Amino acid sequence: MKTKLLSLAVILCITVLIAATPDGYTPGNKASDFKLKNIDGKMVSLADNKEAKGFIVTFTCNHCPFAIAYEDRIIALHNKYAPLGYPVIAINPNDKNKSPDDSFEAMIVRAGEKKFPFVYLYDETQEVAKSYGATRTPHMYILQKAGSELIVKYVGAIDDNSDDASLVTKKYLENAMDEIIAGKAVTTTTTKAIGCTIKWTAAN
Amino acid sequence: MNLTSRIILLIVFISIARIQISIAQPRNVKFDSIDSLLHHTSDSVVVLNFWATWCKPCVTELPYFEELKKNYSSSKLKVVLVSLDFKREFQSRLIPFIEKNNITAEVLLIDEPDYNSWINKVDSSWSGAIPATIFITKNKKLFFEKEFESYNDLEIIIKQLNQ
Repeated sequence: MKTKLLSLAVILCITVLIAATPDGYTPGNKASDFKLKNIDGKMVSLADNKEAKGFIVTFTCNHCPFAIAYEDRIIALHNKYAPLGYPVIAINPNDKNKSPDDSFEAMIVRAGEKKFPFVYLYDETQEVAKSYGATRTPHMYILQKAGSELIVKYVGAIDDNSDDASLVTKKYLENAMDEIIAGKAVTTTTTKAIGCTIKWTAAN
Repeated sequence: MNLTSRIILLIVFISIARIQISIAQPRNVKFDSIDSLLHHTSDSVVVLNFWATWCKPCVTELPYFEELKKNYSSSKLKVVLVSLDFKREFQSRLIPFIEKNNITAEVLLIDEPDYNSWINKVDSSWSGAIPATIFITKNKKLFFEKEFESYNDLEIIIKQLNQ
């Protein structure tokens, strides 16, 4: 009886541990490609960009104050790293019913206002955000090509001050990018992404 | 009664009425203020609710925390609403929100933009998403990264802690 109870306890513990393990990518994982609609109406996959050495994927949106606070910095990241082979891929995963400001039509408007130099894709089914394990906007992933695979190199925040770009002291994402470009190992591979929660479609 | 005394009485009456409403005066604080609440040694329950004016589910549950504050004496329970609003919106957004919604619980705007330096100190399991709430007694902490559905949900936790 004691052994039975003990094994039951062990099984329970394992179940709890599994349940507590967050889904999605951690650095070192292989990232999967996707096919999502860009604001110009064309479907975009990462595989389409043969020249890229990797990608700076950001789950972001129109309405969130943090996403808005980071727009100019994300544009600057693209302008700095796209010429070095790492363009920004922006993806809006929010449910338009829960957050009407994040509809596809509103994405076109916002991208026009800010003159986004990168693609801005609509993850309508939220499948990409789920497979990546994104929870926030903005939530950043650096992917690096290794042969035919894409390896996750960094997951988390852009920097340490969403409120005021001039007061940033730790540029988490840029530091990781600079290390990747220099061929070094990334020192800080994860931070907690700070921003609004992704507005998930309610389960049926 | 002459006119002067009437005016004085009126002023006194208005001031008392204002005190009774006692809308919270928010303050900007650094993490050490929050840290001392996380490690308090008093006999009361401290409830820290992390929220922001732009966070819809946070705003929805605020009345439950207000009710909690009203239903318990200040010696038994202390509610602190920790705002994650941007510091630059303290005057333009946070103060008008508190006045409009008659918030009476203490409001502290945490002026620590490097969230990664402090969110783990609140609770290592916290992703940083709000709403999030931590209930603290001198020997127990209960952390919730979720939106409470009702006032009753809060009361159940307080009763558990007081047992």
